Amino acid sequence: MNIMNLLFNLINGISLGSVYAIIALGYTMVYGIAKMLNFAHGDVIMVGAYICFFTMSRLSSLFEPGSLAAMAVPSLAGVVLAMIVCTVLGVVIERLAYKPLRQAPSLAVLITAIGVSYFLQNSALLLWGSEPRIFTSVVGSGSIQLFDGQLTITYTSIVTMLTCVVIMVVLTLFTSGTKMGKAMRACSEDKGAAMLMGIDVNRTISMTFAIGSALAAIAGALLCSTYPTLMPTTGSLPGIRAFTAAVFGGIGSIPGAMLGGILLGLIETFTKSYITTNLYDAVVFGVLIVVLLVKPTGLLGKQIREKV
Amino acid sequence: MAKEFQKGKMVPVPSHSIVPERDVDQMPVLECSHLGIDFGGLTAVNELNLTIGRTEIAGLIGPNGAGKTTVFNLLTKVYQPTRGTILLNGKDTHGMSTTQVNRAGIARTFQNIRLFTNLTVEDNVRIGLHNQVRYPMWDGVFRLPQFWKQEKVAHEKAMELLSIFHMEDLAQHQAGSLPYGAQRRLEIVRALATNPRLLLLDEPAAGMNPSETHDLMENIIKIRDTFHIAIMLIEHDMNLVMGICEGICVLNFGEVIAKGTSEEIQRNPKVIEAYLGSGKKGG
Repeated sequence: MNIMNLLFNLINGISLGSVYAIIALGYTMVYGIAKMLNFAHGDVIMVGAYICFFTMSRLSSLFEPGSLAAMAVPSLAGVVLAMIVCTVLGVVIERLAYKPLRQAPSLAVLITAIGVSYFLQNSALLLWGSEPRIFTSVVGSGSIQLFDGQLTITYTSIVTMLTCVVIMVVLTLFTSGTKMGKAMRACSEDKGAAMLMGIDVNRTISMTFAIGSALAAIAGALLCSTYPTLMPTTGSLPGIRAFTAAVFGGIGSIPGAMLGGILLGLIETFTKSYITTNLYDAVVFGVLIVVLLVKPTGLLGKQIREKV
Repeated sequence: MAKEFQKGKMVPVPSHSIVPERDVDQMPVLECSHLGIDFGGLTAVNELNLTIGRTEIAGLIGPNGAGKTTVFNLLTKVYQPTRGTILLNGKDTHGMSTTQVNRAGIARTFQNIRLFTNLTVEDNVRIGLHNQVRYPMWDGVFRLPQFWKQEKVAHEKAMELLSIFHMEDLAQHQAGSLPYGAQRRLEIVRALATNPRLLLLDEPAAGMNPSETHDLMENIIKIRDTFHIAIMLIEHDMNLVMGICEGICVLNFGEVIAKGTSEEIQRNPKVIEAYLGSGKKGG
């Protein structure tokens, strides 16, 4: 195991983990506020990636190849459009599928979420077909060489890690500083009391879905920039892994989702390169089981008190 | 107003309205008529007629399970009433949500404390203030000048409210870490922060010792005089109720059995029977 190899894996792991972390934020925020597991979240990622893909391929022909505009405009437009579409999609899903079940048992909501997940996958299959599309990275395929070419870091991983940091900072400022952010924290603790303090709980939940889904769009673009095969089922497995990351870090906790995501990415990458490429999911879930046995609330999760 | 009282079938109508003299000429903050709710076949509250004056301190008492908290839940639209109307400042609250009722002027505390325990004391109060402050979301994320201006205003307002109970020093503590009595007081401050016209207190003195209860009585009067609001409280501590409430309404099995001033209530045979049982049964 040489040091360059280790560094390379470390950077790839953090980069992959950043994508998981961004997805996990969507799971954890929705869980914290609506107390439900939105299993359709992974498929929102897929929709975001498709929107980004189509926008990029439509726009790239309009610009002169190789120019700066040809590199920046289609990707930026793709990501922004994907964010807009996913935000609307997330809010619509919440309104139509989950809001009528606000008082229903959590199992009913969970089953509905799985239903929405299949609905999105099959709609994508119908609309865009089953053949895999090859996604071009939103940041271009370049890379930087360090230590006389011994260490290669792709632009994609740099941008992924930076995006993750920016999202984390903005989200922290948002939850601590803004009215809506504090309303979210209040709702996650006690919806009834929040309502009686004049907080519009329905609006707060919609906002949570909107933010989570916008993040899913970014995650979709970044995920497919790293793993360029795009299919209607692309979102489901990373979605499940990101859900694991959210539980790993302590579901409901925003820093927990970040930590869980990055750790998961590291574990996955290191298992793939040093142990076996076939068993990485088993190792990831094995670690999850061990963590939950030792600390059932996850790494940064808080003890939840049941209210009578 | 007196007409409202006569609508209730079970109500022994007092010779005068229980709304204090000074409020008689003004529109009452709250008027309920024929208010009722059924849960399945069970009638939890029935034929409630109630008028609360602008600056009245009213009491709602009754044995356990009489439906007192249900009345609060009806007024704040946690439950939608099956029958009857609620007029808040003369405006019908029919079809309003809990959030809308709060914005229209009702705030409350809870029998079992429901603070946002992971937030600081100041943030709890500020959440109450939220229905009054407005700034675009981006101001908060990017900390633009407007944000700091609003923050300063909100901070000062929160501190001013906390000073009612001399809790300024606790502002940065986590709400869940406060002692029990302080948590109860913080709930009142948080409710006041929503700028209500009518403040509902659900057992504010529960678990307090006599000296704390005494302070609370003084503070309730102080709050009424400072903010010029009406206060309605549910309480089992009769010293508190008889000491500060100008009008008292007694519930038993979801029906109003008596209404009046503290002297009238203390003399009312129906009230004595509801609390102590009838002498005939040997109880």
